[in-house]
Amino acid sequence: MAHAHKLEIFRGLVKFKSNTQKIWGVLVFLTIVTAVEVVLGIYKPESLMKHVLGMKGLNWIFIILTLVKAYYITWDFMHMRDETKGLRRAVVWTTIFLILYLIFILLQEGGYVFRVYDDGFIKRDF
Amino acid sequence: MSTTVANTGTEVKTWGGGNEPLKASYGKMMMWFFIVSDALTFSGFLAAYGFSRFKFIDAWPIADEVFTHVPFLHGQELPMIYVAFMTFVLIMSSVTMVLAVDAGHHLNKAKVTLYMFLTIIGGIIFVGSQAWEWATFIKGDFGAVQTKGGNILQFVDTDGHRVALRDFVVAGEHERVQQERKNGIWFVEEGTLPPYTVEEVVHGLEKHENILVRTQLLDEHGHKTVLSREESLKQLKNNGKLVVEGANLHVNEYGSPLFADFFFFITGFHGFHVFSGVVINIIIFFNVVLGTYERRKSYEMVEKVGLYWHFVDLVWVFVFTFFYLV
Repeated sequence: MAHAHKLEIFRGLVKFKSNTQKIWGVLVFLTIVTAVEVVLGIYKPESLMKHVLGMKGLNWIFIILTLVKAYYITWDFMHMRDETKGLRRAVVWTTIFLILYLIFILLQEGGYVFRVYDDGFIKRDF
Repeated sequence: MSTTVANTGTEVKTWGGGNEPLKASYGKMMMWFFIVSDALTFSGFLAAYGFSRFKFIDAWPIADEVFTHVPFLHGQELPMIYVAFMTFVLIMSSVTMVLAVDAGHHLNKAKVTLYMFLTIIGGIIFVGSQAWEWATFIKGDFGAVQTKGGNILQFVDTDGHRVALRDFVVAGEHERVQQERKNGIWFVEEGTLPPYTVEEVVHGLEKHENILVRTQLLDEHGHKTVLSREESLKQLKNNGKLVVEGANLHVNEYGSPLFADFFFFITGFHGFHVFSGVVINIIIFFNVVLGTYERRKSYEMVEKVGLYWHFVDLVWVFVFTFFYLV
């Protein structure tokens, strides 16, 4: 196990010579992604503020970049890439399925409560 | 690995307990399943935050206006710079951790020691930064007035820049003193009283023609609504109830009290994870220095705490996005 690291990232586009090199490569990538997020967060380009699927386009970009970072932290820092398929699926799919369900229920209900306030059944603007 | 586990002599039999279909040791697999359950706890918190935010979607505080401070750069508006620094520190300590695990695979004690040490330092810097962030958040910045309905009224000048209460309100003589355990009714105490009363804020607003009230409500561009001069005075006189400076679990000068509640709860729970991670790392660090794993010929314990440490980093990536960016 100790020397069986898979050294490719980006689906084989980049291949590192050693595990140590791969770690630094992933750090560089994660730093770039974080820097992009911070720059976008400070300047908030007008063109990305349009609503796409009920949310600002910029927020979708942030969420996708976060999932990208989460993937590389789990796969390369936590060595998920080197685990067996069984362990990987047991951990990743269980979590993703339960979290998607949780998010769907809570955000749906949050929107409902907002509409109850908004339609004037309950007054809170005083 | 096998040296740390008592052999039962049943390794060859399929159902004898020696079978490892996932090719991972018991300890490592249980760390993974603990991480799954902890991830669900954190997503519960973040989803609850999302619920409250969708509930008040037209009046939620704008994080860029709340977290603008950087240590030693007093009075400058630098949104997100400090959180970005904290994120980088945590990712960096994740890197040193994974380098320690890698050195462990090569049974290189000196390198494992060095990298574990750097990881612990990174963790301490992060927890310290978070403490500073909390202190700044609790202390507050501009001050605001809470209305009867629990909404927050902030103050801006005619150019839209925020104005602090201390810049236009004059504190008078207060008859009311803070109730402490040692005076008044025995064993009853209360929190710090606000430095101004609502009447003093009204006087201050009347005297300064260029100051307007800003409500929590967001307009279609995502900016907060600024009231006209007459409406400002009317709103403050009719509805102003309590002067608020800073934030605690009940009131919050930045907007909805729920924002502060979730800030304390989520970053607090994450900070507690970082703190316990640092403690566990220190224990493992001493084991490495004492040569426990050297004698065991396996650094798998470093790998297990490494998993936990990376998980803490992983959670922060999500907290960073949903609390500070989105």
